[in-house]
Amino acid sequence: MGDQTFSFEKNVETALGDTQLRANFEYAMSTLYQKRKAVFADEAETERLREVGNAVRQRALSKLPELLEKLEKKCIENGIQVHWAETTDEANRIILKIMDDHRATRMVKGKSMVSEEMHLNKFLEEHGKEVMETDLGEYIIQLAGETPSHIIVPAVHKNKDQIAKLFHEKIPGAPYTEKVEELNALARKTLREKFQHADIGLSGVNMAVAETGTLCLVENEGNGRMCTTVPPVHVAVMGLEKVVEKLSDVPPVLRLLTGSATGQIITTYFNMITTPRKPGEKDGPEEVHLVILDNGRSAILKDPELRQTLQCIRCGTCLNHCPVYTRIGGHAYGFVYPGPIGKILTPQMEGLEKTGGIISASSLCNACEEVCPVKIPIPELIRRLRNESYDSKGSVPGHGYKWNLPEVLVWKAWALVNRYPRLNELAMKVGGLFGDRFPKIGPLKQWTRVRTTPRLARHSLHELVKTEGVDHE
Amino acid sequence: MDKRYPDKPDTVYFFGTCLVDAVYPEAGMAAIRLLQREGVRVVFPQNQSCCGQPAYNSGFPDEARAVARQQLDTFTRDYPIVVPSGSCAGMMKRHYPMLFARDRDLSRIRAFSNRIFELTEFLVHVLKVKLEDRGDPIQVTWHSSCHAAREMGVTEDSKNLVRQLKNVTLTELEKERECCGFGGTFAVKQPAISAAMVTDKIADIRGTGAGRVLSGDCGCLMNITGAMERGKVGIQGQHIAQFLWERTNG
Amino acid sequence: MSNTARERIFAKLRPAVAAGQFDIPSPELPPRPEWTPSEKVQKLKTLMEAVRSEVHVVKADAWTDALKALARQRGFKTLLHGPGTQVGDAVKQAWSEGSGGLPALRTYEGAIENYKDTLFHDTDVGITSTLGGIAESGALILWPDAEEPRLMSLIPPIHIAVLDADKIYATFSEAMERMSWSEKMPTNALLISGPSKTADIEMTLAFGVHGPKELIVFILEP
Ligand code: SF4
Repeated sequence: MGDQTFSFEKNVETALGDTQLRANFEYAMSTLYQKRKAVFADEAETERLREVGNAVRQRALSKLPELLEKLEKKCIENGIQVHWAETTDEANRIILKIMDDHRATRMVKGKSMVSEEMHLNKFLEEHGKEVMETDLGEYIIQLAGETPSHIIVPAVHKNKDQIAKLFHEKIPGAPYTEKVEELNALARKTLREKFQHADIGLSGVNMAVAETGTLCLVENEGNGRMCTTVPPVHVAVMGLEKVVEKLSDVPPVLRLLTGSATGQIITTYFNMITTPRKPGEKDGPEEVHLVILDNGRSAILKDPELRQTLQCIRCGTCLNHCPVYTRIGGHAYGFVYPGPIGKILTPQMEGLEKTGGIISASSLCNACEEVCPVKIPIPELIRRLRNESYDSKGSVPGHGYKWNLPEVLVWKAWALVNRYPRLNELAMKVGGLFGDRFPKIGPLKQWTRVRTTPRLARHSLHELVKTEGVDHE
Repeated sequence: MDKRYPDKPDTVYFFGTCLVDAVYPEAGMAAIRLLQREGVRVVFPQNQSCCGQPAYNSGFPDEARAVARQQLDTFTRDYPIVVPSGSCAGMMKRHYPMLFARDRDLSRIRAFSNRIFELTEFLVHVLKVKLEDRGDPIQVTWHSSCHAAREMGVTEDSKNLVRQLKNVTLTELEKERECCGFGGTFAVKQPAISAAMVTDKIADIRGTGAGRVLSGDCGCLMNITGAMERGKVGIQGQHIAQFLWERTNG
Repeated sequence: MSNTARERIFAKLRPAVAAGQFDIPSPELPPRPEWTPSEKVQKLKTLMEAVRSEVHVVKADAWTDALKALARQRGFKTLLHGPGTQVGDAVKQAWSEGSGGLPALRTYEGAIENYKDTLFHDTDVGITSTLGGIAESGALILWPDAEEPRLMSLIPPIHIAVLDADKIYATFSEAMERMSWSEKMPTNALLISGPSKTADIEMTLAFGVHGPKELIVFILEP
C-alpha cells in the first residue's frame, strides 16, 4: 500500500483484464445504484436534504477547532478519555499503549476506514497482538490477507465461490459451502467466540457530536455494538473532521449516510455512545477512549476550495456511481480510499508526486457530484488538483511535480491559436496539409488503440458560413 | 437547475465549438439552418474559437481563461448564444463564473453565461419548434453527453425533439446516464479505462437494435463512432442537428 | 506525546479557520410529515416488516397474553427480562399467573464479566422496553439502563421489544426535540430497525450475522 512500486497504469491493466473481478463489481455496483435510487426517489426532497447535509458539514468545518475543543471537554466530562494523534504512527502507538496498560492481547474490531489508513492491524500484530476484524466483509478480506476494495462493502471484489473456498481453507473445521446463509453462520460462530473473549474493542466513528460528546456509529450487523459493548475497554478512532456541532445535526446526516451508502432509510443499528459504563450498570466498557487523528487533515482545511474534501461522510456512493471505479475496482487505486473521494483525498494526504496518476483517471462526467450527499464538488476539486500537479506555486504537497516544458508549451500554443483568429485559420490550414486524417502521433496513438482517426473536414464551419451566406461579422 | 428562457428573439449568436468547426461542420450548418427556419437571424462571429474546456479540464486554468476571454470579447451584443453541444454550453454557462470568480468583470461574465443555451433546449423552449418528419421509418437511440445531462439538464429536450418525428422510433439506452469514456484528454491519458467504457457503451447501443445513434455532443460522437468503425459495428453516429435537418427538409 | 500532538494540531486548525472564507448556507429541513397516530403505527409497521421485523399490534391490556401464546407456539426455552421496568414486571406478573409450556424466566445476574457464559450460550430470547419509535425511519428507540442492560437486545438470538403506540414520533428529529435529548444523553442510545443483517457476500441479504436473528415487536394500543 502506498509503496514506491505503485503503478496506477499497471493496476488498471490488470484489473481490466480480470473478467471475474469486473463482473463482481458490475453486479454489486448496479445493485447499490438501484437501491439508492429507490430510497431517494423524491428528487426535490433529496435535493433539500443534500443542502442540509452540505450546510451541516460546512458549518462544522468552519468552527472545527472550537467544536473539537468542545467535543473533548464534553467527552472528558462524560468519562471518555481523549487522545490526539498528528500522525498515524502516533495513533497506533496510543492504541498499543492502551492495550498494554490493560494487558490486553485480543482485540475485536468494527469497521473503521481510519484504522485502515493507520494500518493498525499490521502494527498491532507486529507487536504481538491478535486483531480480529468482525464486520463480515472486513473479516473476509482479513482471512484473505487483502485490503478493502470499497469503503462500505470491503469484500465486494470477491464472489460467493471465492469466499466459500476461503472459509473452507482458513476457518478451522469449516465445511465447504456456497450457501450464503451458511457462510454467514460460519462467521457468526467463529466471531461470537471472539467477542466473548476479547479484552478490547475498537470502532470507528461515523460522527461525533460536540454538543453532547456523543460518538455515533452506523451499522447493520451488530458487530459494532459487540465491539463497543462486550469488552471491558472500547477505543474509538476518528478523523478530526468527523465532528458535527449539535445533536440536531445528526438526523439529516444519518438519513443521507444510510440512504447513500446502502440505499437504506436507516441501518439496523444506530449506536450513540456518550459515556462508559456508569456505576450500577451491568454492561458496556468500563473505559472508553477516543483517538482523534489528523494525518494531514488540518493542512487541507486551510484552502477554501480543497477543504470541501473534509465534508465527506464516507458514504461510498461516489464509488458506486463512478464509471471508472466500477470498472477497475478499489485495489487499482493503490491507497486506502479509492474512487472519486480517493482521487481528491489521497493526493492531498499522500502528496501529488506519489499519487498524482489517479487524478487523470476521471472523465469529469460529474456522476459523483450529482449524488454526493454533502454536495462536494468532486470534479471541480479534481480539476484543481490537476492544476496543482503542474503548478510550481501550488499549495498541495507535491505540487508542480508534473511540470514539463513540452506539455506546458502545447497548452500555451493551444491558447495562442485559440485567441488569435488568424492563427486559428492558419492552424486549420496546416492541419489540412495532412490530408483528411490527423497524423497518428502522440495522443492520437492512444486514441487509435480502439478507435479510427477522426477525419478533418475539408472546410471548417468558419469557412462554410461564409460560402453559405450566414451572417458572419 | 435554474432555467429561464427568453421570448423568441430576432437574432441569435451561434457558437460553433472547435470540434464542430474542424470535424463536424455540416452539423453546425444544420443547426444554423434549423434556427434560421424558425425565422431567427443567426450571427456567426468569425473571431470565435473554443470554449476553453480542454485546458480547463487538464489543469491549465490560465490558458483556459485566455481562450474563454476571447469568446467573452467576441460575443458582446445582447443576443442569446446557441451552442450545439451540451458540454461546451455547460462550460460557458456553469464554469465561466467559477473560472473568473476573482475577476473584476464577474458580473459581465455572469450575464454572458446567462445568455448561453444548448441547441436543443433553445429549439424546444424558446423557438418552440414543431417538426414535420419527411423521412422513412428508422429506429434510433440517444446518447446524452454527461454535461448535457448533468450540467445543462437538456436530455429530455433533445429526446423530445426526436419524438416529434413520427417515423422515428426512439429506443433508449439501458445506461443512458453513464459516460461513454470520452472526457477530452481522459481518452488519451487513460486509454485503457476509456476503451473499456466506450466498449460497454457500444454494447448498450447495439442492445437497442437501433441503426443509428444520435447525440448532441461531437466529443462523444467522435469517440463512439470512432470505436464502432474500428470494431466494424454497422451503426452510424450522427449529431442531432444534422439528423433533424435531414428528416425535416426532404 | 498526545499533549504536544494536540497543540500542534490546533496550531494548524486555528489559523486555517480564522482565514475564513466560509459561506455557509442555512437551508431548512424538509417539512416534518404530519401523520395521525394510526398512520404512524402503520408506517412504522410497514417499514419494520420490510426489513424482516415481526410486528404485532395488540391491545395494551392483552399484550402479555399475546406474548405467552407466541412463546408457547415458538417453543422458547429461556426468556431474559428486566424486573423493575414496566415490561419486565408485567412479564413476571403474567408468568406468575401460570407458566405451563412457557420459557424459563431469566434476569441479568450481576455484571457482564460474570454473566457472559449464560448470556452467550444459554439465552434464547431477550425482552426489553423501548423509549419510543420513529415512523419515518421504521425504527425503535432504546435507552438501555441498569434494569435492561445494553446486551439484552444484542446477544440473545431473538429480541422482543415492547413499544407504546403513543410514543411513536414522526421523525428522529422530533423524538430528540420532544424528549430533550441534548440535555441528558444516556450511556448508550440506540435505534434498532430490524434483526441483524449483512449483504457483504455478493449483495445477498442474510439475517442474524452477529446480533439477533429475529426482532419481534409488540406495539401496544390503548
Ligand atoms: S465524497 Fe460524497 S459521495 Fe463520496 S464518499 Fe464522501 S460523502 Fe460520499
